[in-house]
Amino acid sequence: MKLAVLVNEGPYQHQASDSAYQFVNAALRAGHEVMRVFFYHDGVNNGTRLTTPPQDDRHIQKRWTALASEHNVDLVLCVAACQRRGLVDEDEAKRNGKDANNIAEGFRISGLGQLIEAGVEADRLVTFGD
Amino acid sequence: MSTLNIVNKSPFEKRSLEQCLKRIGEGDSVLLIEDASVSALSKTAYAEQLISASKLSKFYVLKPDLQARGFSEESLLDSIESVDYDGFVNLVVTHDRVHSWL
Amino acid sequence: MEDEEYQGGEVKKFLYVNRRQPHGTVYALESLETVLIGAAFDQDVSMLFIDDGVYQLKKEQAPEGIEFKNFSKTYRALEMYDVEKLFVERESLEERGLAVDDLLVDVEVIPGSDVKALVDQHDVILSF
Repeated sequence: MKLAVLVNEGPYQHQASDSAYQFVNAALRAGHEVMRVFFYHDGVNNGTRLTTPPQDDRHIQKRWTALASEHNVDLVLCVAACQRRGLVDEDEAKRNGKDANNIAEGFRISGLGQLIEAGVEADRLVTFGD
Repeated sequence: MSTLNIVNKSPFEKRSLEQCLKRIGEGDSVLLIEDASVSALSKTAYAEQLISASKLSKFYVLKPDLQARGFSEESLLDSIESVDYDGFVNLVVTHDRVHSWL
Repeated sequence: MEDEEYQGGEVKKFLYVNRRQPHGTVYALESLETVLIGAAFDQDVSMLFIDDGVYQLKKEQAPEGIEFKNFSKTYRALEMYDVEKLFVERESLEERGLAVDDLLVDVEVIPGSDVKALVDQHDVILSF
């Protein structure tokens, strides 16, 4: 089956993004396709490459990046949520005159249309949030 | 038509569980995850409510969340089935839609 | 990304479930944003207001004092985007001492016992 996941909360503060990660992993293990994980609201904070969690803690961003490269999962950060919270890729940095970018490998920034498209194209959409 | 309802809040802190329960019906299921996993325990003040609701709907609890909070399957209500993440995926696939009560 | 358009052609029934007050968290505002994009993608869009979500439709919101945008006006504009199905649960209104006259837009008031049937009619549930 084709699944899509929506993540509404940032890493480390709330269990939501951990739950989403465990769910996606289990879905892939069972042979389902996870066509997209859409990160919305504070959820976009999952996509910064500048986090440095303690070594004995899980590295939430790196886990997502590994999923993207190993299983071809499309990780999309909501552009409007990114702009408000300082999540920037090269294009966004150029467009808004920022001196740096911070998006992690495997993530891309796009519009809310990607969430609607996921709702239309996936057989099930599962939301994780607060 | 069946809906998988996911609740993730402790009933002692937020009202999501009771708000979910009063709006679901026959054929629907409820999966208790994260802070809601403690609602599945047999000795809480919510046990009666869960027992009565489980006559109409099927209840599940996410075992890793329960274990993380120091509880085992032995402390669960009889009417509640515990599942791991593979079981969670299976519930999503076998219901028509998923409704998260955030 | 206002110029986005969905080319797939498939139409699904989306139900937006709104259960939170405006302003206290960002979710009410974001729900509106998503509803408008969903409508632009020619999807079948319904909104359900239950629990604290009914406060989103309260007349005379004046968030100037907290320097927030008054996005409550957008609910009145939804009709222009073919978003015409707004459902409000009667018990949620009553519990809060509110009546239909307190709301800034025309809605269909439904009893709580009809919520399941409404949910059952939809393909995708988005919770805010």
